[in-house]
Amino acid sequence: MALPPPDPQFVLRGTSAAVHTLHFSCGGQEPGVPTLFSGSENGFIHVWNLKTHRVDTELDGHGRKSVYCVETIGSKNRLLSQGRDQRICLWDLAEGRTSVTDSVFTENVGFCRCSLLKVAEGRWLVAMAAKALEEVQVLELPSKTSVCTLKPEVGAKLGMPMCLKLWQLNCGSQPLLLAGYEDGSVVLWNLSMGKVLSQLVCHQEPVMSLDFDSEKAKGISGSSEKVLSIWSLNEQQNLQVYKTHKLVNAGIADITIRPDKKILATAGWDHRIRIFGWKKLKPLAVLDYHTATVHCVSFSDHKNPSERLLAAGSKDHRISIWSIYTQT
Amino acid sequence: MWEVCQQQAQAGSPELQEALLNKIVCLPDHVSNKLQGKNPAVFFPQNYFPLLGGAVIQVLQKISDSLRGGLDCSISFVSHVLGKVCVHGRQKEILSVLVPRLTDLTKSDCIWQRICWRLVECVPDRWMEAVVLGFVQRAPGADVLSRLLGNLVVKNKKAQFVVTQKVLLLQYCHTTAVLQNLLGYLSLDSLRRALLIKVLQELLETWGSSSAVKHSPPEQQQYISKAILICLSHLKEPEIESCRQELLTSMMEGVKCHLDSNLPQIRRLGMIVAESISSKINTDGPVLKFQYEEDDEARELKSLLVQTPPSCVVPSLPDDNRNEKADAAPPLVLESNKKSHTTALVMSDEESDAELDSDDDLIPYDMSEDKELKIKAPVYIRDCIEVLTGSEDVDKWEATVKTLESLVRKNPAATREVSVELAKILLHLEEKTCIEGFVELRQRAQVAVLSTDPIPVAKYLTSQFYSLNYSLRQRMDILDVLVLAAQELSYPKSHRKTKHSGAQNPCIQLLPGSDSSKDWRRIVDERIKSKTRRFATGQSQAELASGPNEFNSVVGHFFFPLIQHFDRPLTTFDLLGEDHFVLGRLVHTLAILMYLAVNTVAVTAMGKALLEFVWALRFHTDSYVRQGLLSCISSMLLSVPTERLLQDMTEELLETQSWLGDVVEKDPDGDCRRLALQNLLLMENLKKKLKTVPS
Repeated sequence: MALPPPDPQFVLRGTSAAVHTLHFSCGGQEPGVPTLFSGSENGFIHVWNLKTHRVDTELDGHGRKSVYCVETIGSKNRLLSQGRDQRICLWDLAEGRTSVTDSVFTENVGFCRCSLLKVAEGRWLVAMAAKALEEVQVLELPSKTSVCTLKPEVGAKLGMPMCLKLWQLNCGSQPLLLAGYEDGSVVLWNLSMGKVLSQLVCHQEPVMSLDFDSEKAKGISGSSEKVLSIWSLNEQQNLQVYKTHKLVNAGIADITIRPDKKILATAGWDHRIRIFGWKKLKPLAVLDYHTATVHCVSFSDHKNPSERLLAAGSKDHRISIWSIYTQT
Repeated sequence: MWEVCQQQAQAGSPELQEALLNKIVCLPDHVSNKLQGKNPAVFFPQNYFPLLGGAVIQVLQKISDSLRGGLDCSISFVSHVLGKVCVHGRQKEILSVLVPRLTDLTKSDCIWQRICWRLVECVPDRWMEAVVLGFVQRAPGADVLSRLLGNLVVKNKKAQFVVTQKVLLLQYCHTTAVLQNLLGYLSLDSLRRALLIKVLQELLETWGSSSAVKHSPPEQQQYISKAILICLSHLKEPEIESCRQELLTSMMEGVKCHLDSNLPQIRRLGMIVAESISSKINTDGPVLKFQYEEDDEARELKSLLVQTPPSCVVPSLPDDNRNEKADAAPPLVLESNKKSHTTALVMSDEESDAELDSDDDLIPYDMSEDKELKIKAPVYIRDCIEVLTGSEDVDKWEATVKTLESLVRKNPAATREVSVELAKILLHLEEKTCIEGFVELRQRAQVAVLSTDPIPVAKYLTSQFYSLNYSLRQRMDILDVLVLAAQELSYPKSHRKTKHSGAQNPCIQLLPGSDSSKDWRRIVDERIKSKTRRFATGQSQAELASGPNEFNSVVGHFFFPLIQHFDRPLTTFDLLGEDHFVLGRLVHTLAILMYLAVNTVAVTAMGKALLEFVWALRFHTDSYVRQGLLSCISSMLLSVPTERLLQDMTEELLETQSWLGDVVEKDPDGDCRRLALQNLLLMENLKKKLKTVPS
């Protein structure tokens, strides 16, 4: 007899706008309060204190344009945010400051979230959609120098890049980029040469979101149709479809795999969050709390496994925090 | 008495007999006249007559003994005594003693039975009715009655008249038990069965005559229907065979008249009787079925159809059992109009788990709630219009119909741009798929449109009311929508949310019910009551939230166009002719609009127009219309300020007052009389109020 799905552990209210992006920062070395960053449609970034469940700080840096990506660079005092004002902002939040230290003008009017990867101590790579329609640009931070620009070949008709993921197999190896495009295909890029390593058509509709498990070399992508696609990378760096999973309702806005690679969460247009086991994509739970489409899901990075949380931000202005499958 | 009976064998003098008779029967009156206050208790009528009854039994006992002994006796004196007592009104007392004793005595003794029969046969004709009626009312069952009266109805013309005509057709005050007794009695003997069939035919003739249905009170119609049902229950197969054709014809005619009526009770009676007749004459094959509300009355009527067989052997069985539902399987299948239960969602609690992997020990949660998401309804009014007029997508159409009302209310500005178009679409909207509560949804959307943009939509609706080629249902929809919107507009804003409870829920009947008028009548009655008891001690109710009365500016647009064309017949719509049902609804609508127009500027002009309208229609034959006219007058008296009433409409008021007096006395319908009386009281109160106010 299966248990009914759990209720959210708590719900964060107060953004007064649709929530587009979430990022946890709870596992840092320095002692501090567990924090959740959220970016909303009204241009504010809220810094939530997960002990008091209240907003500690509110950051206004994108001219009231929607913020659709938020990430921490290294520690919780350095923040990166991307907004519809065509800018990526870098923030310094130490000691209560709320200032934008630097910004990158991407000249891109799309919705593609940028992807961040630490390649060395103090050096990061950030991939973002570029000004031209089908291009992806990779920059190095904090120097803001361009590493490469990835242009699909003429006639490929991939459309806009919809989602990006930078990864590397281990700390010294080559960084690679997985990009999902408007035509439904996922492409693996080699950054040093700026070439396509493999391309796979996973969906009929645009790829809305993807995530990749570099240990198992398996990834998952979701689109605006009813199908989730799982693909794997073989030794020759070729992408192959491993399996597909049909959903009840169409539309996935975000997918994320938990850092321990045991479960993954999808954010759906049908207001529901679905949890799957990563090993076999076994459906585990359907969390039905929100009353509008869920835009983003994110797992926390707590060191203590029993404290781990899942956060989901939705168009109904609420962020729900769940504690699910924390025993494993 | 015994000596007189003994003497009867020889001729006694009639004067002596007469004198004796007088004395015996009128003894209580004479004694009390003489003794005035000192009358001993035994001479009070309620004690004396039972005593007399006891004496009669003793005499009869002696007669029976002597008959057994071979001697001849005359029983006529006793009959005279009995007759005279009954006709003086003392049936209850004397028969309360006689009937039980005779019941016991006649049970198995046929000499006693013959004595009893002779007893009643010898009652003179002028007293026969009282005696027979008394017996019929007092007898505990049809078989007892049969024992007591024997074949009296066949032998005696007067008795026959009383039993077959008077009790059934001319009176209607008797209980169901009396009817059962009587008709059971008729059915028990083969000689009397011919009378039973004759009775049934006459009852059906009355039931089926349209003038009877129109003019006789509902109680009488119910009585006749009960009698018909009981007769039907007694009929045997061969008899039904012989008069099948007649039954069929009378049933068809009767059903037509009944369904034509405006009162739901009459319609239901007609439906029940027709169903019963049809089931009796077509025992195999399709029978007539109607849909109507089941309630206690209907169930009681249907239970009359099934008779438990008379138990001749066991005398101690109380005869009340006859009227209860039979345990034997009834031959009818009664169709009821109960709503089917909403099927609960089928929830499968069991999850179909895959086998648990040894590595994968995560237990899934219950995911049975994970279902398809519903179709989104359009969010803009113009999209709604598109979907309703053109779209083939039924899911979207359904979603649109469900959300239309809330959309209209949330976007008043957008609605005003397309209000007339929306009203037109809604008026002609047919049910494409099976939505629950479609009629109510459509009506609420119409009311929302009308309240948002009253003037143009009211103009459109009232003009359509009098146009060609609309069904009666659509015309009555228009009236209902006007009333509901008027109600909404005239109440302060804070009350708007609660007022939807009074909205229509038309039952699915052959013709729509008139529930709303009853609702309103109750409200108007309460208001009349509150007005007639007013003292000058200030407000007894709490102050209600006040706001500007939005109905003020539009009430004329609602009211006057409806009154304008009522006497102009169109080819498909004739208010003064066949479509008197719609006329009735129109009149009730006008009454409600008048009531809601209190404190508006146009109320005096409306009052005058309404009074003229009422005057033109005051002699209408339909009682529903007349009730409506009387409610119009009530509303008018309540809404128009008294000063205006008495200044501008004095002559009309006087004429109306004399008409109301006429109605109180002569109208056959009880409700009409009551309403007219209330109106007269209102007028009196208004006059008094004006007199008491210092000018």
